[in-house]
Amino acid sequence: MNNLNSIKPSRVWKFGSQIDTDTLAPGAYMKYSIDVIAKHVLESVRAEFASEVQPGDVMVAGPGFGVGSSREQAAGVLVHLGVKAVIAPSYSGLFFRNAFNLGLLLLTCPRAEELQDAELVLLSGQRLQKANGEPLECEPIPAFLMDMVEHKGLMNVLKLKMKNT
Amino acid sequence: MKHAQTLAQKIIAKASAKDAVVPGEIVNCAVDLAMFHDSSGPRRLDPWLKELGAKIWDKNKVVLVLDHYVPARDADSEQIVQITRKVAQEWKLPHVIDSEGICHVVLPERGHLRPGLFCVGGDSHSPTGGAFGCYMFGIGATEMLGVVVTGEIWLKVPQTLQMNWSGKLQKGVCAKDMALHMIATLGMNGGQYQAVEFAGSAVKALGMQERMTLSNMSAELGAQAGLIAADEITKDYLMGVGVRPEQMEDLDWWHTDEGAQVSSWNFDASHLAPQVAAPHSPANTKDVGEHVGQRIDVAYIGACTGAKLEDLRAAAQVLKGQKISSSVKLMVAPASLRDQEQAQREGVMQSLLEAGAVLLPNSCGACAGYGASFDEGQTVISSTARNFKARMGPASVQVFLGSPWTVAASALRGVISDVREVLA
Repeated sequence: MNNLNSIKPSRVWKFGSQIDTDTLAPGAYMKYSIDVIAKHVLESVRAEFASEVQPGDVMVAGPGFGVGSSREQAAGVLVHLGVKAVIAPSYSGLFFRNAFNLGLLLLTCPRAEELQDAELVLLSGQRLQKANGEPLECEPIPAFLMDMVEHKGLMNVLKLKMKNT
Repeated sequence: MKHAQTLAQKIIAKASAKDAVVPGEIVNCAVDLAMFHDSSGPRRLDPWLKELGAKIWDKNKVVLVLDHYVPARDADSEQIVQITRKVAQEWKLPHVIDSEGICHVVLPERGHLRPGLFCVGGDSHSPTGGAFGCYMFGIGATEMLGVVVTGEIWLKVPQTLQMNWSGKLQKGVCAKDMALHMIATLGMNGGQYQAVEFAGSAVKALGMQERMTLSNMSAELGAQAGLIAADEITKDYLMGVGVRPEQMEDLDWWHTDEGAQVSSWNFDASHLAPQVAAPHSPANTKDVGEHVGQRIDVAYIGACTGAKLEDLRAAAQVLKGQKISSSVKLMVAPASLRDQEQAQREGVMQSLLEAGAVLLPNSCGACAGYGASFDEGQTVISSTARNFKARMGPASVQVFLGSPWTVAASALRGVISDVREVLA
Protein backbone atom coordinates (compact mmCIF):
# COMPACT_ATOMS: atom_id res chain seq x y z
CA MET A 1 0.00 0.00 0.00
CA ASN A 2 1.57 3.28 -1.12
CA ASN A 3 -0.85 5.76 0.27
CA LEU A 4 -2.44 6.25 3.62
CA ASN A 5 -5.90 7.14 2.34
CA SER A 6 -7.65 4.95 4.84
CA ILE A 7 -6.14 7.06 7.64
CA LYS A 8 -8.02 10.00 9.11
CA PRO A 9 -6.12 13.12 8.02
CA SER A 10 -4.47 15.27 10.66
CA ARG A 11 -4.70 19.05 10.79
CA VAL A 12 -1.39 20.92 10.90
CA TRP A 13 -0.71 23.57 13.55
CA LYS A 14 2.35 25.47 12.41
CA PHE A 15 4.92 27.11 14.68
CA GLY A 16 8.27 28.83 14.26
CA SER A 17 11.75 27.66 15.13
CA GLN A 18 13.31 27.15 18.58
CA ILE A 19 9.99 26.67 20.37
CA ASP A 20 11.27 26.31 23.93
CA THR A 21 10.13 24.25 26.91
CA ASP A 22 9.21 27.33 28.89
CA THR A 23 6.76 28.32 26.15
CA LEU A 24 5.30 24.81 26.10
CA ALA A 25 5.11 24.48 29.90
CA PRO A 26 5.43 27.93 31.51
CA GLY A 27 7.34 27.90 34.82
CA ALA A 28 4.67 29.73 36.77
CA TYR A 29 2.27 26.78 36.26
CA MET A 30 4.82 24.00 36.83
CA LYS A 31 3.55 23.47 40.37
CA TYR A 32 0.17 22.40 39.03
CA SER A 33 -1.07 19.20 37.40
CA ILE A 34 -0.74 18.56 33.67
CA ASP A 35 -4.34 19.60 32.83
CA VAL A 36 -3.68 23.06 34.28
CA ILE A 37 -0.30 23.47 32.56
CA ALA A 38 -1.93 22.35 29.29
CA LYS A 39 -4.28 25.36 29.39
CA HIS A 40 -1.23 27.62 29.11
CA VAL A 41 0.72 25.70 26.47
CA LEU A 42 2.25 28.09 23.91
CA GLU A 43 0.16 30.98 25.24
CA SER A 44 2.95 33.50 24.69
CA VAL A 45 3.15 32.65 20.95
CA ARG A 46 -0.30 31.35 19.95
CA ALA A 47 -2.95 31.76 22.62
CA GLU A 48 -5.80 29.92 20.83
CA PHE A 49 -3.85 26.68 20.42
CA ALA A 50 -4.65 25.22 23.85
CA SER A 51 -8.41 25.56 23.44
CA GLU A 52 -8.72 24.79 19.72
CA VAL A 53 -6.34 21.88 19.09
CA GLN A 54 -8.18 18.60 18.51
CA PRO A 55 -7.02 15.07 19.32
CA GLY A 56 -5.27 13.66 16.25
CA ASP A 57 -3.92 17.04 15.11
CA VAL A 58 -0.19 17.40 14.45
CA MET A 59 2.25 20.21 15.11
CA VAL A 60 4.77 21.40 12.55
CA ALA A 61 7.70 23.56 13.56
CA GLY A 62 11.09 24.86 12.54
CA PRO A 63 14.43 23.58 13.84
CA GLY A 64 15.25 23.21 17.53
CA PHE A 65 11.80 22.29 18.82
CA GLY A 66 11.83 21.80 22.61
CA VAL A 67 15.05 23.60 23.50
CA GLY A 68 15.63 24.50 27.13
CA SER A 69 14.60 22.77 30.30
CA SER A 70 14.40 19.07 31.24
CA ARG A 71 10.76 19.51 32.32
CA GLU A 72 8.96 16.68 30.55
CA GLN A 73 5.66 18.49 31.06
CA ALA A 74 6.67 20.32 27.85
CA ALA A 75 5.95 17.05 26.03
CA GLY A 76 3.30 15.94 28.53
CA VAL A 77 0.95 18.84 27.70
CA LEU A 78 0.98 17.84 24.02
CA VAL A 79 0.17 14.22 24.93
CA HIS A 80 -2.58 15.50 27.24
CA LEU A 81 -4.15 17.52 24.41
CA GLY A 82 -4.05 14.52 22.07
CA VAL A 83 -1.40 15.84 19.66
CA LYS A 84 -0.61 12.87 17.38
CA ALA A 85 2.93 13.92 16.47
CA VAL A 86 5.32 16.80 16.13
CA ILE A 87 7.01 17.23 12.75
CA ALA A 88 10.18 19.36 12.67
CA PRO A 89 13.64 19.34 11.07
CA SER A 90 15.37 19.00 14.48
CA TYR A 91 14.70 18.80 18.20
CA SER A 92 16.47 19.44 21.46
CA GLY A 93 18.01 16.07 22.36
CA LEU A 94 16.64 16.20 25.89
CA PHE A 95 13.12 17.01 24.68
CA PHE A 96 13.43 14.18 22.14
CA ARG A 97 14.04 11.65 24.89
CA ASN A 98 11.25 13.06 27.09
CA ALA A 99 8.70 12.96 24.26
CA PHE A 100 9.24 9.28 23.49
CA ASN A 101 9.31 8.45 27.20
CA LEU A 102 5.77 9.89 27.35
CA GLY A 103 4.71 8.20 24.12
CA LEU A 104 4.75 11.31 21.93
CA LEU A 105 5.92 10.69 18.36
CA LEU A 106 8.48 13.16 17.00
CA LEU A 107 9.16 12.97 13.28
CA THR A 108 12.45 14.45 12.15
CA CYS A 109 11.54 15.77 8.72
CA PRO A 110 13.93 18.02 6.77
CA ARG A 111 11.01 19.31 4.66
CA ALA A 112 8.71 19.96 7.62
CA GLU A 113 8.49 23.66 6.97
CA GLU A 114 6.92 23.10 3.53
CA LEU A 115 3.76 22.20 5.38
CA GLN A 116 1.32 25.04 5.96
CA ASP A 117 -0.94 25.90 8.85
CA ALA A 118 -4.32 24.09 8.69
CA GLU A 119 -3.07 21.82 5.87
CA LEU A 120 -4.04 18.15 6.19
CA VAL A 121 -1.45 15.37 6.36
CA LEU A 122 -1.66 11.59 6.56
CA LEU A 123 0.36 9.86 9.23
CA SER A 124 0.65 6.19 10.13
CA GLY A 125 3.49 4.83 12.22
CA GLN A 126 6.56 6.66 10.94
CA ARG A 127 5.05 7.25 7.48
CA LEU A 128 4.05 10.78 6.60
CA GLN A 129 2.31 12.03 3.45
CA LYS A 130 0.83 15.26 2.24
CA ALA A 131 -2.92 15.05 1.57
CA ASN A 132 -2.21 14.64 -2.17
CA GLY A 133 -0.25 11.47 -1.42
CA GLU A 134 3.23 12.94 -1.78
CA PRO A 135 5.48 11.24 0.80
CA LEU A 136 7.61 13.29 3.19
CA GLU A 137 10.83 11.53 4.15
CA CYS A 138 11.59 11.40 7.86
CA GLU A 139 14.62 10.07 9.69
CA PRO A 140 14.05 6.45 10.73
CA ILE A 141 13.22 5.98 14.42
CA PRO A 142 14.77 3.01 16.27
CA ALA A 143 12.34 0.18 17.03
CA PHE A 144 12.64 0.54 20.82
CA LEU A 145 11.48 4.15 20.59
CA MET A 146 8.54 3.28 18.31
CA ASP A 147 7.73 0.63 20.90
CA MET A 148 7.45 3.38 23.51
CA VAL A 149 5.03 5.30 21.27
CA GLU A 150 2.91 2.17 20.80
CA HIS A 151 2.82 1.52 24.53
CA LYS A 152 2.11 5.20 25.26
CA GLY A 153 5.34 5.72 27.15
CA LEU A 154 8.12 4.26 29.27
CA MET A 155 5.84 3.75 32.29
CA ASN A 156 3.85 1.09 30.46
CA VAL A 157 7.03 -0.46 29.05
CA LEU A 158 8.40 -0.73 32.60
CA LYS A 159 5.12 -2.30 33.77
CA LEU A 160 5.42 -4.96 31.08
CA LYS A 161 9.07 -5.57 31.94
CA MET A 162 8.28 -6.00 35.62
CA LYS A 163 5.41 -8.35 34.87
CA ASN A 164 7.74 -10.53 32.84
CA THR A 165 10.48 -10.80 35.45
CA MET B 1 48.02 -0.27 19.90
CA LYS B 2 44.60 0.51 21.27
CA HIS B 3 42.43 2.82 19.22
CA ALA B 4 42.54 6.46 20.30
CA GLN B 5 39.34 7.37 22.18
CA THR B 6 37.62 10.51 23.32
CA LEU B 7 36.93 11.14 27.00
CA ALA B 8 33.23 10.61 26.31
CA GLN B 9 33.90 7.25 24.65
CA LYS B 10 36.06 6.09 27.55
CA ILE B 11 33.41 6.89 30.17
CA ILE B 12 30.58 5.38 28.13
CA ALA B 13 32.60 2.24 27.35
CA LYS B 14 33.19 1.73 31.06
CA ALA B 15 29.53 2.40 31.93
CA SER B 16 28.31 -0.01 29.24
CA ALA B 17 30.94 -2.65 30.13
CA LYS B 18 32.42 -2.66 26.63
CA ASP B 19 36.03 -2.48 25.50
CA ALA B 20 35.23 0.39 23.17
CA VAL B 21 32.21 2.21 21.76
CA VAL B 22 31.75 4.05 18.46
CA PRO B 23 29.76 7.23 17.85
CA GLY B 24 26.20 6.47 16.73
CA GLU B 25 26.06 3.13 18.53
CA ILE B 26 23.18 2.75 21.00
CA VAL B 27 24.29 1.27 24.32
CA ASN B 28 22.86 0.64 27.77
CA CYS B 29 24.85 2.26 30.56
CA ALA B 30 24.99 1.55 34.28
CA VAL B 31 24.39 4.79 36.20
CA ASP B 32 26.94 5.70 38.89
CA LEU B 33 24.91 8.60 40.29
CA ALA B 34 21.40 9.97 39.83
CA MET B 35 20.54 13.45 41.05
CA PHE B 36 17.06 14.97 41.16
CA HIS B 37 15.40 17.93 42.85
CA ASP B 38 12.12 18.95 44.44
CA SER B 39 10.45 19.64 41.10
CA SER B 40 11.62 16.66 39.05
CA GLY B 41 12.08 14.17 41.91
CA PRO B 42 9.94 12.63 44.67
CA ARG B 43 6.64 14.37 43.85
CA ARG B 44 6.71 12.72 40.43
CA LEU B 45 8.65 9.50 41.16
CA ASP B 46 6.93 8.33 44.34
CA PRO B 47 3.43 7.71 42.93
CA TRP B 48 4.94 5.94 39.91
CA LEU B 49 7.17 3.71 42.05
CA LYS B 50 4.11 2.76 44.09
CA GLU B 51 2.14 2.03 40.92
CA LEU B 52 4.97 -0.21 39.69
CA GLY B 53 5.56 -1.79 43.09
CA ALA B 54 9.23 -0.96 42.56
CA LYS B 55 12.02 0.35 44.75
CA ILE B 56 15.09 2.51 44.15
CA TRP B 57 17.88 0.35 42.77
CA ASP B 58 20.62 1.81 44.96
CA LYS B 59 19.93 4.61 47.45
CA ASN B 60 23.62 5.34 47.90
CA LYS B 61 23.77 6.40 44.26
CA VAL B 62 20.94 8.91 44.58
CA VAL B 63 21.21 12.55 45.64
CA LEU B 64 18.10 14.66 46.30
CA VAL B 65 18.40 18.45 46.37
CA LEU B 66 15.64 20.85 47.42
CA ASP B 67 16.32 24.02 45.43
CA HIS B 68 13.45 24.90 43.06
CA TYR B 69 10.50 25.47 45.41
CA VAL B 70 12.42 26.60 48.49
CA PRO B 71 11.80 28.77 50.33
CA ALA B 72 8.14 28.08 49.54
CA ARG B 73 6.35 31.21 48.37
CA ASP B 74 2.79 29.90 48.43
CA ALA B 75 0.66 26.98 49.60
CA ASP B 76 1.16 24.94 46.41
CA SER B 77 4.94 25.26 46.61
CA GLU B 78 4.86 24.45 50.34
CA GLN B 79 2.96 21.28 49.56
CA ILE B 80 5.58 20.21 47.00
CA VAL B 81 8.35 20.83 49.55
CA GLN B 82 6.49 18.87 52.26
CA ILE B 83 5.89 15.92 49.93
CA THR B 84 9.56 15.94 48.96
CA ARG B 85 10.73 15.86 52.58
CA LYS B 86 8.22 13.17 53.55
CA VAL B 87 9.18 10.93 50.65
CA ALA B 88 12.89 11.43 51.35
CA GLN B 89 12.28 10.06 54.86
CA GLU B 90 10.16 7.16 53.62
CA TRP B 91 12.83 6.21 51.11
CA LYS B 92 15.53 6.67 53.78
CA LEU B 93 17.69 8.55 51.32
CA PRO B 94 21.22 8.99 52.69
CA HIS B 95 22.02 12.03 50.54
CA VAL B 96 19.52 14.88 50.88
CA ILE B 97 20.58 18.52 50.57
CA ASP B 98 17.73 20.76 51.68
CA SER B 99 17.68 24.52 51.08
CA GLU B 100 21.47 24.79 51.07
CA GLY B 101 21.98 25.67 47.44
CA ILE B 102 21.40 24.75 43.82
CA CYS B 103 21.79 21.09 42.85
CA HIS B 104 24.58 21.55 40.28
CA VAL B 105 26.69 23.47 42.77
CA VAL B 106 26.07 21.47 45.95
CA LEU B 107 26.61 18.13 44.20
CA PRO B 108 30.35 18.62 43.60
CA GLU B 109 30.87 20.59 46.82
CA ARG B 110 29.79 17.45 48.73
CA GLY B 111 32.28 15.32 46.79
CA HIS B 112 29.71 13.39 44.75
CA LEU B 113 31.38 13.96 41.37
CA ARG B 114 34.73 12.76 40.09
CA PRO B 115 36.37 11.88 36.78
CA GLY B 116 35.12 8.83 34.92
CA LEU B 117 31.67 8.63 36.54
CA PHE B 118 28.54 8.21 34.45
CA CYS B 119 25.78 10.38 35.96
CA VAL B 120 22.29 11.62 35.20
CA GLY B 121 20.39 14.54 36.65
CA GLY B 122 16.72 15.47 36.64
CA ASP B 123 17.54 18.95 35.41
CA SER B 124 18.71 20.35 32.09
CA HIS B 125 21.82 21.98 33.53
CA SER B 126 23.17 18.61 34.63
CA PRO B 127 26.05 18.85 32.10
CA THR B 128 27.62 21.09 34.79
CA GLY B 129 29.06 17.89 36.23
CA GLY B 130 31.19 17.50 33.10
CA ALA B 131 33.60 20.07 34.55
CA PHE B 132 34.78 17.27 36.84
CA GLY B 133 35.44 14.88 33.97
CA CYS B 134 32.30 12.86 34.45
CA TYR B 135 29.71 12.20 31.77
CA MET B 136 26.61 13.85 33.18
CA PHE B 137 23.42 14.81 31.37
CA GLY B 138 19.87 15.92 32.08
CA ILE B 139 16.79 13.74 31.76
CA GLY B 140 13.06 14.13 32.43
CA ALA B 141 11.16 12.66 35.36
CA THR B 142 9.79 9.61 33.56
CA GLU B 143 13.23 8.68 32.30
CA MET B 144 14.52 9.18 35.86
CA LEU B 145 11.91 6.65 36.94
CA GLY B 146 13.50 4.19 34.50
CA VAL B 147 16.91 4.93 36.01
CA VAL B 148 15.90 4.54 39.64
CA VAL B 149 14.08 1.29 38.89
CA THR B 150 16.71 -0.34 36.65
CA GLY B 151 19.94 1.54 37.42
CA GLU B 152 20.46 1.84 33.68
CA ILE B 153 19.82 4.20 30.78
CA TRP B 154 20.23 4.01 27.01
CA LEU B 155 22.52 6.33 25.16
CA LYS B 156 23.56 7.02 21.59
CA VAL B 157 27.34 7.29 21.75
CA PRO B 158 28.11 10.91 20.88
CA GLN B 159 30.72 12.44 18.67
CA THR B 160 32.96 14.97 20.38
CA LEU B 161 33.06 18.65 19.45
CA GLN B 162 36.24 20.02 20.91
CA MET B 163 36.22 23.71 21.83
CA ASN B 164 39.85 24.80 21.91
CA TRP B 165 40.45 28.10 23.66
CA SER B 166 43.93 29.55 23.23
CA GLY B 167 45.23 32.82 24.70
CA LYS B 168 44.43 34.52 27.98
CA LEU B 169 41.21 36.23 29.05
CA GLN B 170 41.32 39.96 29.73
CA LYS B 171 40.49 41.23 33.22
CA GLY B 172 36.71 41.30 33.60
CA VAL B 173 36.11 38.66 30.93
CA CYS B 174 35.26 35.18 32.16
CA ALA B 175 33.83 31.73 31.46
CA LYS B 176 30.32 33.13 31.06
CA ASP B 177 31.52 35.29 28.18
CA MET B 178 33.23 32.28 26.60
CA ALA B 179 30.01 30.27 26.92
CA LEU B 180 27.81 32.99 25.43
CA HIS B 181 30.28 33.48 22.59
CA MET B 182 30.24 29.77 21.73
CA ILE B 183 26.43 29.71 21.81
CA ALA B 184 26.33 32.73 19.49
CA THR B 185 28.79 31.03 17.14
CA LEU B 186 27.23 27.56 17.06
CA GLY B 187 23.59 28.34 17.92
CA MET B 188 21.35 26.78 20.55
CA ASN B 189 21.26 23.49 18.68
CA GLY B 190 24.89 23.69 17.55
CA GLY B 191 25.93 20.99 19.97
CA GLN B 192 23.54 18.62 18.18
CA TYR B 193 23.16 16.61 21.37
CA GLN B 194 26.74 15.39 21.04
CA ALA B 195 29.48 15.74 23.66
CA VAL B 196 31.40 19.01 23.71
CA GLU B 197 34.78 19.11 25.36
CA PHE B 198 36.42 22.34 26.49
CA ALA B 199 40.17 22.42 26.13
CA GLY B 200 43.16 24.67 25.59
CA SER B 201 45.25 27.00 27.70
CA ALA B 202 42.44 29.44 28.48
CA VAL B 203 40.28 26.61 29.83
CA LYS B 204 43.15 25.09 31.82
CA ALA B 205 43.69 28.50 33.42
CA LEU B 206 40.14 28.55 34.85
CA GLY B 207 39.27 27.57 38.41
CA MET B 208 36.77 24.76 38.98
CA GLN B 209 33.71 26.96 39.35
CA GLU B 210 34.51 28.85 36.16
CA ARG B 211 34.89 25.50 34.40
CA MET B 212 31.48 24.57 35.81
CA THR B 213 30.01 27.64 34.10
CA LEU B 214 31.33 26.41 30.74
CA SER B 215 29.96 22.91 31.27
CA ASN B 216 26.69 24.31 32.64
CA MET B 217 25.95 26.25 29.46
CA SER B 218 26.62 23.20 27.29
CA ALA B 219 22.87 22.89 27.79
CA GLU B 220 22.28 26.15 25.89
CA LEU B 221 24.73 24.90 23.27
CA GLY B 222 22.41 21.93 22.69
CA ALA B 223 25.03 19.39 23.73
CA GLN B 224 24.24 16.32 25.79
CA ALA B 225 27.37 16.67 27.92
CA GLY B 226 30.08 19.30 28.37
CA LEU B 227 33.34 17.72 29.46
CA ILE B 228 36.64 19.03 30.77
CA ALA B 229 39.52 16.62 31.38
CA ALA B 230 40.77 16.53 34.94
CA ASP B 231 44.07 18.12 35.91
CA GLU B 232 45.79 19.36 39.05
CA ILE B 233 43.14 22.05 39.59
CA THR B 234 40.45 19.36 39.50
CA LYS B 235 42.46 17.20 41.87
CA ASP B 236 42.95 20.04 44.36
CA TYR B 237 39.23 20.80 44.35
CA LEU B 238 38.31 17.15 44.86
CA MET B 239 40.77 16.74 47.72
CA GLY B 240 39.23 19.86 49.28
CA VAL B 241 35.75 18.32 49.27
CA GLY B 242 36.83 15.02 50.74
CA VAL B 243 37.33 12.78 47.72
CA ARG B 244 39.87 10.16 48.81
CA PRO B 245 43.15 9.72 46.91
CA GLU B 246 42.31 6.08 46.07
CA GLN B 247 39.15 7.33 44.30
CA MET B 248 41.36 9.40 42.01
CA GLU B 249 44.06 6.90 41.15
CA ASP B 250 42.98 6.67 37.51
CA LEU B 251 42.61 10.44 37.11
CA ASP B 252 45.12 10.65 34.26
CA TRP B 253 43.23 8.10 32.17
CA TRP B 254 40.15 10.32 31.84
CA HIS B 255 41.13 12.51 28.91
CA THR B 256 40.76 12.46 25.12
CA ASP B 257 43.62 10.54 23.52
CA GLU B 258 45.88 12.17 20.99
CA GLY B 259 44.52 11.32 17.54
CA ALA B 260 40.98 10.51 18.70
CA GLN B 261 38.36 11.61 16.24
CA VAL B 262 36.88 14.98 17.17
CA SER B 263 35.60 18.00 15.30
CA SER B 264 37.44 21.07 16.48
CA TRP B 265 36.46 24.68 17.00
CA ASN B 266 39.15 27.22 17.77
CA PHE B 267 38.64 30.37 19.81
CA ASP B 268 41.00 33.06 21.01
CA ALA B 269 40.40 34.15 24.60
CA SER B 270 42.73 37.17 24.35
CA HIS B 271 40.42 39.05 22.00
CA LEU B 272 37.14 38.13 23.63
CA ALA B 273 35.08 41.13 24.78
CA PRO B 274 32.44 40.79 27.51
CA GLN B 275 29.38 39.22 25.88
CA VAL B 276 25.71 40.14 26.27
CA ALA B 277 22.72 38.12 25.04
CA ALA B 278 19.71 40.25 24.15
CA PRO B 279 16.12 39.01 24.65
CA HIS B 280 14.90 36.30 24.10
CA SER B 281 17.68 33.79 23.39
CA PRO B 282 21.17 33.05 24.70
CA ALA B 283 22.19 32.69 21.05
CA ASN B 284 21.28 36.35 20.52
CA THR B 285 24.71 37.32 21.83
CA LYS B 286 26.99 40.16 20.76
CA ASP B 287 29.95 42.05 22.22
CA VAL B 288 28.84 44.23 25.15
CA GLY B 289 29.58 47.32 23.02
CA GLU B 290 26.39 46.66 21.04
CA HIS B 291 24.30 47.18 24.17
CA VAL B 292 26.24 49.72 26.21
CA GLY B 293 23.84 52.41 27.46
CA GLN B 294 20.77 50.16 27.50
CA ARG B 295 18.77 51.26 30.55
CA ILE B 296 18.03 48.54 33.13
CA ASP B 297 15.67 48.24 36.10
CA VAL B 298 17.07 45.12 37.70
CA ALA B 299 20.52 43.53 37.92
CA TYR B 300 20.34 39.87 38.97
CA ILE B 301 23.23 37.74 40.15
CA GLY B 302 21.90 34.25 40.65
CA ALA B 303 21.66 30.62 39.57
CA CYS B 304 24.01 27.70 39.11
CA THR B 305 25.37 29.53 36.08
CA GLY B 306 26.20 32.85 37.66
CA ALA B 307 26.22 33.07 41.47
CA LYS B 308 28.92 30.68 42.64
CA LEU B 309 31.74 31.90 44.88
CA GLU B 310 33.91 32.92 41.92
CA ASP B 311 30.95 34.84 40.44
CA LEU B 312 30.33 36.64 43.74
CA ARG B 313 34.01 37.53 43.98
CA ALA B 314 33.90 39.00 40.46
CA ALA B 315 30.88 41.16 41.28
CA ALA B 316 32.52 42.32 44.54
CA GLN B 317 35.66 43.39 42.70
CA VAL B 318 33.52 45.77 40.67
CA LEU B 319 31.31 46.99 43.52
CA LYS B 320 33.68 47.19 46.48
CA GLY B 321 33.46 50.65 48.05
CA GLN B 322 30.88 51.81 45.50
CA LYS B 323 27.12 52.35 45.44
CA ILE B 324 24.87 50.99 42.74
CA SER B 325 22.77 53.37 40.65
CA SER B 326 19.66 54.60 42.46
CA SER B 327 17.54 53.57 39.47
CA VAL B 328 18.55 49.91 39.70
CA LYS B 329 17.63 47.08 42.03
CA LEU B 330 20.53 44.63 42.47
CA MET B 331 19.59 41.15 43.68
CA VAL B 332 22.09 38.51 44.68
CA ALA B 333 21.09 34.88 45.25
CA PRO B 334 24.31 32.98 46.10
CA ALA B 335 24.26 29.55 44.47
CA SER B 336 25.07 27.72 47.68
CA LEU B 337 25.15 28.34 51.40
CA ARG B 338 28.79 27.24 51.56
CA ASP B 339 29.71 29.69 48.81
CA GLN B 340 27.84 32.44 50.62
CA GLU B 341 29.57 31.65 53.91
CA GLN B 342 32.99 31.65 52.27
CA ALA B 343 32.08 34.94 50.55
CA GLN B 344 31.19 36.32 53.96
CA ARG B 345 34.57 35.27 55.37
CA GLU B 346 36.32 37.00 52.48
CA GLY B 347 34.35 40.24 52.85
CA VAL B 348 32.78 39.64 49.43
CA MET B 349 29.20 39.60 50.72
CA GLN B 350 29.86 42.78 52.68
CA SER B 351 31.08 44.57 49.55
CA LEU B 352 27.94 43.53 47.66
CA LEU B 353 25.51 44.46 50.45
CA GLU B 354 27.18 47.80 51.17
CA ALA B 355 26.93 48.62 47.48
CA GLY B 356 23.16 48.18 47.79
CA ALA B 357 22.52 44.54 46.87
CA VAL B 358 19.48 42.72 48.23
CA LEU B 359 20.32 39.20 49.41
CA LEU B 360 18.05 36.37 48.27
CA PRO B 361 17.93 32.71 49.40
CA ASN B 362 20.33 30.01 48.14
CA SER B 363 17.97 28.56 45.58
CA CYS B 364 17.03 28.65 41.90
CA GLY B 365 14.82 31.68 42.55
CA ALA B 366 13.88 33.83 39.60
CA CYS B 367 16.02 31.84 37.16
CA ALA B 368 13.69 28.84 37.11
CA GLY B 369 10.66 31.13 36.96
CA TYR B 370 8.85 28.75 39.33
CA GLY B 371 8.15 31.37 41.94
CA ALA B 372 9.89 34.68 42.37
CA SER B 373 10.11 36.58 39.12
CA PHE B 374 10.39 40.04 37.64
CA ASP B 375 7.60 42.57 37.18
CA GLU B 376 5.66 43.56 34.09
CA GLY B 377 7.74 45.60 31.67
CA GLN B 378 11.04 45.42 33.57
CA THR B 379 14.40 45.33 31.82
CA VAL B 380 16.86 43.00 33.51
CA ILE B 381 20.52 42.13 33.17
CA SER B 382 21.12 38.71 34.60
CA SER B 383 24.03 36.33 35.21
CA THR B 384 21.71 33.34 34.65
CA ALA B 385 21.62 30.97 31.66
CA ARG B 386 18.35 31.56 29.80
CA ASN B 387 16.41 34.59 28.69
CA PHE B 388 13.50 32.89 26.95
CA LYS B 389 10.38 35.01 26.63
CA ALA B 390 8.19 34.69 29.74
CA ARG B 391 10.65 32.41 31.57
CA MET B 392 11.55 34.77 34.39
CA GLY B 393 8.30 36.73 34.55
CA PRO B 394 5.59 38.16 32.30
CA ALA B 395 6.19 38.11 28.52
CA SER B 396 6.86 41.87 28.68
CA VAL B 397 10.04 41.35 30.76
CA GLN B 398 13.22 41.92 28.74
CA VAL B 399 16.13 39.86 30.01
CA PHE B 400 19.70 40.47 28.88
CA LEU B 401 22.32 37.89 29.89
CA GLY B 402 25.87 38.71 30.89
CA SER B 403 28.65 37.71 33.23
CA PRO B 404 28.61 38.63 36.93
CA TRP B 405 31.27 41.23 36.06
CA THR B 406 28.96 42.77 33.48
CA VAL B 407 25.89 42.59 35.75
CA ALA B 408 27.81 44.33 38.56
CA ALA B 409 29.18 47.03 36.24
CA SER B 410 25.69 47.63 34.84
CA ALA B 411 24.19 47.87 38.35
CA LEU B 412 26.79 50.50 39.15
CA ARG B 413 26.00 52.70 36.18
CA GLY B 414 22.30 51.97 35.74
CA VAL B 415 22.83 50.99 32.13
CA ILE B 416 24.50 48.02 30.46
CA SER B 417 28.21 48.74 30.75
CA ASP B 418 31.57 47.40 29.65
CA VAL B 419 33.19 46.23 32.88
CA ARG B 420 36.66 46.80 31.42
CA GLU B 421 35.94 50.55 31.42
CA VAL B 422 34.62 50.43 34.99
CA LEU B 423 37.74 48.59 36.19
CA ALA B 424 40.11 50.83 34.25
